Amino acid sequence: MIKVTNLTKKYGERFAIDNISFEVNDGEVVGFLGPNGAGKTTTMNIITGYISSTSGTAEIDGYDILENPTEAKKQIGYLPEFPPLYLEMTVNEYLGFIYDLKKCELKKKDHIDEICRVVKITDAQKRLIKNLSKGYRQRVGIAGALVGNPKVVIFDEPTNGLDPRQIIDIRNLIKKLGEDHTVILSTHILSEVKTICDRILIINEGKIVADTKTENLEAEIKGNRRLEIKVDGPESHVLSTLKKIPGVSFVTVENSYGNGVSSFLVESQNDADVRKPVFYAMAKAGWPIISMDYLSGNIEDIFISVVDEDDEKKAAEAETKEKPVKPDKK
Amino acid sequence: MWAVYKREMRSYFTSLVGYVYYAIFFLVSAFLFMQNTVQAGDNANVSNYFTIILYLFIVTIPLITMKLVSEELKLKTDQLLITSAPSIIGVIIGKFLAAFTLFGSSFIVSSLIYYIPLTMYGTPNAAKYFASVLAVLLCGMAFISIGIFISSLTENQFIAALGTIVIIVILLLIGNVSQYINSEFIRTILSNISFSSRYSNFAGGILDYGSLFYFLSISALFLFLSTKAFERRRWM
Repeated sequence: MIKVTNLTKKYGERFAIDNISFEVNDGEVVGFLGPNGAGKTTTMNIITGYISSTSGTAEIDGYDILENPTEAKKQIGYLPEFPPLYLEMTVNEYLGFIYDLKKCELKKKDHIDEICRVVKITDAQKRLIKNLSKGYRQRVGIAGALVGNPKVVIFDEPTNGLDPRQIIDIRNLIKKLGEDHTVILSTHILSEVKTICDRILIINEGKIVADTKTENLEAEIKGNRRLEIKVDGPESHVLSTLKKIPGVSFVTVENSYGNGVSSFLVESQNDADVRKPVFYAMAKAGWPIISMDYLSGNIEDIFISVVDEDDEKKAAEAETKEKPVKPDKK
Repeated sequence: MWAVYKREMRSYFTSLVGYVYYAIFFLVSAFLFMQNTVQAGDNANVSNYFTIILYLFIVTIPLITMKLVSEELKLKTDQLLITSAPSIIGVIIGKFLAAFTLFGSSFIVSSLIYYIPLTMYGTPNAAKYFASVLAVLLCGMAFISIGIFISSLTENQFIAALGTIVIIVILLLIGNVSQYINSEFIRTILSNISFSSRYSNFAGGILDYGSLFYFLSISALFLFLSTKAFERRRWM
């Protein structure tokens, strides 16, 4: 459905995105994940034809966005980071305007009513957009993207700035849209992609650093597993006991709570499960474990580890590539 | 194109801009008309009125063009237009037509009304009168295109208005400056660029094709440039 090949965008000397290639299949819900400034918005802006690329191509349903923009744009509904709303219009007028702008051929009133029903803004159809709450405005933005029944919908940080209740609503809405649309959404909130997306593309500093099905992501985690435990016992003794447990590679005190309870971070090799040995060791010494949690396996950690790994790799590359320093011309 | 046209027309009259424009235009133009014709006695001359009305555009044209594109840039609704509209030139032409409708309707209606007292108190030369109306319309059309272009350069409406005022003033006065210049060559260029001397070609009741072409090409050029400026992020 969407095919991006060797896409590069340079601003001056800086690469906003650097030689990105990926494909999105029909009906897939893909999450674009990355820290702020990673190049998510730039990529989306290029796919939707808002900005041009420095090199590379983006095709939507076989139509190149630069060479055949009219056809390509027809396939896309786009909700940018800031919903492009005309505040002095009512919801109906706004959607009607987009309908006319896109030269849609469906029955106008029925189509708009249908969209409003899907995004649940039927009760606000006659209200001025400027009088609507942020959550409603976001829905109106989504409704705008759906006008003309595009095959692909692209949402740039759709839940940004909403309250938790609204976030859940919008997520459910996107999930529902994913049933009959190809969806790309970008976010820096990790739990979001986990709940909505089939597939995750992690992008960092303009490059794709991971591309995987959501369910495989956690298995892909590399590096050590980290266990956080709270123990009621003498800190230094607990520490030395933990260090002696086979499989444990690193232990550190995270926090002391003052009432004899301390929390420790225990790292172990990836294949070793140290929870039982830790339990028995503590039980034997008579120090009750208050809580025990795996930190790894959590999507935030995966993200950080992928991004960090990428940064480390780059640093290493830079070091090996480093040329002899030229003398300063002064 | 028509979607944008409709939206801009609505927006003129949901905000105060349309009403303020009509109020200023009719008030000032009626006053200027009476001053230069009915009350001017022996010096009465309609072409004086049409020359002076061009100077009213210094205020009224920026009022209706300043927000046309800059507001889209500011509210980021340009993103919607660029990613949804089949053609960008259509968007710009829609905006141009909306501004021209506001301007043209007020000017044509006022000119028709003002013709009535002229026939009551004298025998106006219809050819001269309506050639002048056409000239002013063409002139306004070119000013609107320039206003839209300047509006597409900045997110700030105030700067857009200021820039447009400066350019209109220059284009109107450049002919007057030319008389202080020694070189015949430069003088010819300046008076050919000048909107007021272009207008005076029509004032005699002649349809001057050169000037007609001049105004039309200025409008086309600046509408084209506006399109390029509006979607600059697509080719930069």
